[in-house]
Amino acid sequence: MSKRKTERLLGLVVCLLSTRRYLTAEQIRQAVPGYPEQADLFKRMFERDKEDLRELGVPLETGLNHPFDEDPGYRIRQQAYELPELRLEADEAAVLGLAARVWRRAELAGAAAGALLKLRAAGIDAAGLDTSDERPAPQGIEPRLGTPEPAFGPMWEAVRDRRPVTFSYRAAGRSDPQRRELEPWGVVNRHGRWYVAGWDRGRNATRVFRLGRIAGPVKFCGPPGRVTVPAGADVRELVRDWDSAPAQERTALLRVRAGAGVGLRRHAVSVHPDDTEPGWDQVTTRFADVGWFADYAASFGPDAIVLDPPDLREAVIRRLKGVLA
Amino acid sequence: MSASVTSTERLQRLLALVPYVMSRKSVGLAETAAAFRVSERELVDDLNLLWCVELRAPDPYCPIDLSYEGGEIVVSQAESMGRPLRLAVDEASALLVALRMLAEVPGLEDRSALSRLIAKLETAAGEAAAVSAQVAVQVDAHDRRAEGYAAQIRAALAARRRLHLRYYVPGRDEATERDVDPMRLLVVEGRPYLEGWCLRAEGVRLFRLDRVLSLDTLDVPAAPPPEALPVDVDQGLFRPSPDDVPVVLELSAAGRWVAEYYPCESIADLEDGRLRVVLRTPDTGWVRRLALRLGEDGRVISPPSLVTGVRETATAALANYVVLSAGTRGSPAETVTR
Repeated sequence: MSKRKTERLLGLVVCLLSTRRYLTAEQIRQAVPGYPEQADLFKRMFERDKEDLRELGVPLETGLNHPFDEDPGYRIRQQAYELPELRLEADEAAVLGLAARVWRRAELAGAAAGALLKLRAAGIDAAGLDTSDERPAPQGIEPRLGTPEPAFGPMWEAVRDRRPVTFSYRAAGRSDPQRRELEPWGVVNRHGRWYVAGWDRGRNATRVFRLGRIAGPVKFCGPPGRVTVPAGADVRELVRDWDSAPAQERTALLRVRAGAGVGLRRHAVSVHPDDTEPGWDQVTTRFADVGWFADYAASFGPDAIVLDPPDLREAVIRRLKGVLA
Repeated sequence: MSASVTSTERLQRLLALVPYVMSRKSVGLAETAAAFRVSERELVDDLNLLWCVELRAPDPYCPIDLSYEGGEIVVSQAESMGRPLRLAVDEASALLVALRMLAEVPGLEDRSALSRLIAKLETAAGEAAAVSAQVAVQVDAHDRRAEGYAAQIRAALAARRRLHLRYYVPGRDEATERDVDPMRLLVVEGRPYLEGWCLRAEGVRLFRLDRVLSLDTLDVPAAPPPEALPVDVDQGLFRPSPDDVPVVLELSAAGRWVAEYYPCESIADLEDGRLRVVLRTPDTGWVRRLALRLGEDGRVISPPSLVTGVRETATAALANYVVLSAGTRGSPAETVTR
């Protein structure tokens, strides 16, 4: 960190905030201490400083004071710079304290801490606003959002800046990862996992990808602003549909050993003793996906026998034979 | 001063520091240093730097005047720096996404405060709030029972009362009964959990609300012992202990999901998209059940006792079907009435 640079940037912000007129680069060089005399050195340094301020979110405006002016000038409009007046009731501030804890050590933790600092600078005070506080939340409730997927950071940037990306993806059950090019529309967390939904350029279709299955880096393959999210595209809905294929529910009949198969009985429609087999119950339950339910039924081993429907029964037998294969 | 702080990060701090003091009229050095997570020395450096800002043209002047005599900071002049900078897109998104996630948390009684706060922040953030609509978080609690349990747990927490739980343990396929002194309601990895001191296990345990079979609030005060420390959820929910049994599994491409769902000690790629994973568990019962449901998509390699156990269980399960087929000749389904 360079103290001189911090001083110069601070001077630049104060200078541009306190002017109503656009100041030319030359006027800025004269007003703000720390810029070199040499024109090319100054130009390079000034360009970098402008870039730094824009990255911080400082709304730097460019314009002319007069249509005949040759050089553009710069200023920061106070109204565009300032966080608008914001007053919170005590209960709102308490909820804010809770929200502050959500990201904790995850990807957007720094951004959340930065936001809180600004809100505190606006005069807002509440318990829990200090994100470094390691104590449990006073409300007794502790919501967390994790981002263990390395792809989250770049994908969030891509969504934020509307940039297309390319990555290598290993679809479920496939042995080889494939190259994908995506215009990302949004990221969704479902069942604790992150997904991205968008337009797959290679497939020419809407697609959903699980970030945890992206192998290797996510690379930008276009400039910011290149992605347009279609009006009415609901990323949440896209991910939900992808994750849970709507299937017709069917009824299964199982014979379950008395006292066992608690998991099957939990969601059963009916359970009653099996008249033909003492020590067993007949359990009727609903299921949607044969493959999934067969796997589940197989996991109960000799404590559960599928009686009907036949395709479910066959699937369980296949699973069990697979164990011995 | 920590070397990791960049010039722009320090600038951010300086820009927030002036309004922080001004909105409070005067504020102590120690309190301010804590709020900004810097030492008092670093804070004094910041204040000196602000005080020294000078603009030279058209006429030289110092835009910021402040003092910190007697440990109390007062800003008497700050030009146009009196308000904090607007929220950046990342900042607005981080808060709004977190707040909208809270809106999905079951049992949260402050819903009106939550929606008022979201509206206020959206207004304050302006354009920066727009992108946050492209991030969504779903919490799995849209089951009315889980919603009811969450509210009951929060009430028990507030009243410091013991809970009685009937709880399903899928690994052993068992319904268990236990008394629990509640500590927190957690929402981690998209799911709500009760964290509490389990009197039966004599330890802190997490209970998934969707596995609670029934819940009663007892007329007994909750008293978690001093050794009942909250789980550090940021380190992951399930950390294996060194005493756990290592289990080696080989998974086909179709069985790779296992590595995504269970914390693995190691994951190695084999040919054809196959994986070899090592899991540690205190109870191999659930691995046996996992192996049964995986069929040919997963194979236990070690320990040998588990390899034998899985084969025996599968053989016994298949025998049921053979007996049944022999007994009812082909179409057992005919006896079914719906």
